[in-house]
Amino acid sequence: MEEISLFGIFFSALLINNILLIRFIGLCSFFGVSRQMEVSLGMSMAVIFVMTISSAVTWILYHFILLPLNLEFLKISTFILVIAALVQLEELFMKRYIYQLYRALGIYLPLVTTNCAILAVAFLHVDYNYSFIQTVIYSLGVSLGYTVAIMVFTGIRMRLEIAPIPAPLKGYPTAFFIAALMSLAFLGFKGLFGL
Amino acid sequence: MKAFTNGLLRENPVLVLMIGLCPLLAVSSSAINALGMGIATTFVLAFSNLVISSLRKLIPEDLRIPVFIIVISTFVTITDYVMAAYFPPLYRALGVFVPLIVVNCIILGRAEAFAYGNRAIHSLLDGAGMGLGFTLVIVIIGIIREVLGNGTIFGSSRFIVHPGLIMILPPGGFITIGLLMGILNWSKHRRK
Repeated sequence: MEEISLFGIFFSALLINNILLIRFIGLCSFFGVSRQMEVSLGMSMAVIFVMTISSAVTWILYHFILLPLNLEFLKISTFILVIAALVQLEELFMKRYIYQLYRALGIYLPLVTTNCAILAVAFLHVDYNYSFIQTVIYSLGVSLGYTVAIMVFTGIRMRLEIAPIPAPLKGYPTAFFIAALMSLAFLGFKGLFGL
Repeated sequence: MKAFTNGLLRENPVLVLMIGLCPLLAVSSSAINALGMGIATTFVLAFSNLVISSLRKLIPEDLRIPVFIIVISTFVTITDYVMAAYFPPLYRALGVFVPLIVVNCIILGRAEAFAYGNRAIHSLLDGAGMGLGFTLVIVIIGIIREVLGNGTIFGSSRFIVHPGLIMILPPGGFITIGLLMGILNWSKHRRK
């Protein structure tokens, strides 16, 4: 794979290959927690925090332990267990040292474990063969892209709560149509910065 | 037998329980990819249910989730390597969604809700039924998107002259599933 600049990696992850709207990863939480602004903000913060740390840790694990020992086939099992354990550790650490942040993220942290976006980024940086710095920038971009998409989506959904919509289309069907329109808009970023 | 048919319609994991959405949208851009994904998920679901249910007396209750995850990820790894070896084009098309079967909520959900408390043979049937229910929906969506977006079914020759590319692109997935749910809700409303 040819070298891409860090700038390119960041913006490609943030907008052009937006993890929710273009790659379709992490949709359960996208539809599940997008009813209120505060909830989706909390979830996004937890995703940013956990995704960056967990992809850094899985990178170290993969390149310094699994590859030298020829254990690539254990990739799936190790990554998911490591991420689950890591979330627990982060929770304990924050409870002890950064109580403010713990109060804010509290209930969202355990939910993040089941967010497939976290695990997907761990597999994707292996697939793309990124270096350590590239991995960190990439996961930052992905998690910020997650934040952007879910905040906009929540905003639109909250407005539409009071709109007169035909009964069979209320709720999830409308949410899917909004997502379709947003995804169409994000397709427009294709070719930005020549990426 | 009831364990098997439950998953097909009445408790269909996708349409009724609203779980397992990611692969549903991501790999349904053509019918053949959708079928591949459906079969892979059914395989993992049925066999992890079987193993978990056979071991259920040995698994301590506090440790059950990590044990479930290890069993599931073992079967996902098997699927991953078999698919890479025998079906390389399908494997490339599905990409990161093959390892992501491990976090498909349907599988962990069935392990917890059914396999941990039922006999092995019933759990196998329940897994197969749920898996086939998932396959059914994903293949239907795959066929709709492929016909409208590319004018083919399972890669046959093109019979629609001007297909709308949009149905294969990501927005098409959202539109298709939104409409399907709308139609389902509408038929429920009418029956009342």
